[in-house]
Amino acid sequence: MNNIWSIAKRELRAYFSSPIAYVAVAVFLLLVGFFFYSLVWWFNSQAMQMSQNPYYAQQININQMVFSPLFHNMSIILLLMIPLLTMRLFAEEKKIGTEELLYTSPVSIVQIILGKYLASLLVLGLMLVLTWILAAFVFAFGNPEVAPLLNGYLGLFLMGAGFIAVGIFFSSLTENQIVAAVLTFGALLLFWVLSWAASSASGLWKGTLEYLSFFQHFDDMTRGILDTKDLVYYLSFTFFGLFLTHAVIQSRRWR
Amino acid sequence: MIEVENLTKKYGQLTAIKDLTFKVDKGLIWGLLGPNAAGKTTTMRILTGYLPATDGRATVAGYDVFEQPNEVKRTIGYLPEVVPLYPEMTVGAFLGFVAEIKQVPKGKRAAAIDRVVTAAGLKSVRGRLIKNISRGFKQRVGIAQALLHDPQVLILDEPTIGLDPAQIVEIRELIKSLRGERTIMLSTHILPEVTQTCDGVVIINEGKLMASALLASLTTSVSQRDGVFLKLRRGGEEAAALFRQIPGVEKAAAEGDTIRVDWAKGQDSRDTLTRLVVEKGLGLLEMRPFGIEDLYLKIVSGGTTQ
Repeated sequence: MNNIWSIAKRELRAYFSSPIAYVAVAVFLLLVGFFFYSLVWWFNSQAMQMSQNPYYAQQININQMVFSPLFHNMSIILLLMIPLLTMRLFAEEKKIGTEELLYTSPVSIVQIILGKYLASLLVLGLMLVLTWILAAFVFAFGNPEVAPLLNGYLGLFLMGAGFIAVGIFFSSLTENQIVAAVLTFGALLLFWVLSWAASSASGLWKGTLEYLSFFQHFDDMTRGILDTKDLVYYLSFTFFGLFLTHAVIQSRRWR
Repeated sequence: MIEVENLTKKYGQLTAIKDLTFKVDKGLIWGLLGPNAAGKTTTMRILTGYLPATDGRATVAGYDVFEQPNEVKRTIGYLPEVVPLYPEMTVGAFLGFVAEIKQVPKGKRAAAIDRVVTAAGLKSVRGRLIKNISRGFKQRVGIAQALLHDPQVLILDEPTIGLDPAQIVEIRELIKSLRGERTIMLSTHILPEVTQTCDGVVIINEGKLMASALLASLTTSVSQRDGVFLKLRRGGEEAAALFRQIPGVEKAAAEGDTIRVDWAKGQDSRDTLTRLVVEKGLGLLEMRPFGIEDLYLKIVSGGTTQ
């Protein structure tokens, strides 16, 4: 455990002693802020119109109309940002030769992977926590439901955790950070568009593709549905990514 | 302290080292000598647990490198060929990180860092970013990180490569000052490095063991047998032909302005040779026994195995 934390601390120091983390967090917040602003603006004008009619007035729901689309926007921004956060994790160690220090220290490969994973997870957590400022505004001027909001954040965090696992895997494959980032981005995009392919497929194919798609599971969570099926999906995705990373590092040394 | 038995490492089709067997005694400085691509780095990487061997056995301080890698890693301090440094960290912070992953107990970390900073002469750069310090200091940081957990065995891969002559002398002195309790193994392709720093030498070429002995015994054994180099005022082929008639001499040939005389192992024809030179009035300018330099040259140019 101590070893994992030592590795994570060094990674966090690397994130915050270079501009990477600041730029990623700032751009993320800027974009989320912009989407939040336009969604609230749209909500206001819609609510104004809907409140004229007593039937529609009951359907005004700030969770559905602001947060649900906002979570979707945030997931896309994360898809673009996370490859940039994970690209250096293993690629840089290989490039500058520090992996030799890590692998000749009494620290296991699992501990190294988990330490790096933990550091990226904390940066992701920071990004998400900072957007609570926006939620605080909504709480100040409206009365959204708390449970679906938390559920949406949990979904975002789990999805980001899966993204990071994919990113770490591609970073362990190459010593070129750009290659790692592009491969990660491509893979994540592919898992996203699987749901499009699913809509034109049928039978078992449809079910399989839908199950594999990142966003199908995410949809449920933004609507406030907490299903163990989705949790299992994200956790197994993460586990599989980290497991493959371990396999890659091991096989590289035995070659 | 370090024992290697029939160690073999293949990278796909390429055999980097083949059937390497040698032993390194405790408390001395050993040089792993060989030309480039001889398998020095591969050998060291196997000993430190960075690479697994294809075949064979290696033990460090009694621990098997393959079966007890963590014990071995705790015993060894390792400076790889490419010094592993994080450019965005300060020297002090980097040493702090290494102390953590080398499992120096929490209460002893600060003291351990102070100790290696003093030993490696890093006081003046302790608070500076690694990317901003000179090549010589980076090498020192590399040695300092290898010393942090006070290892019994130090493995240094080309510790003086890429340094200027003054820095080379400094690093050599630093390494010599670490002699004592520790066993040190350093690799180099430069012979003077070995003769000036080391007590013993393991010579490898193309992945095979060529010689392994204490420097003192190697030098005497080399000079006692084999032969001499002669420089004469009136030398040339005729003189060489004359020397070939001395009983026991196997070979005598003019090589430029010197004559190389080889005799059978265990023989010493120096007396006869000198008498002949004086009698014939050839004018002796220099007579030099084969040194370790000649042995090394002979070995790496595909000569005999010692």
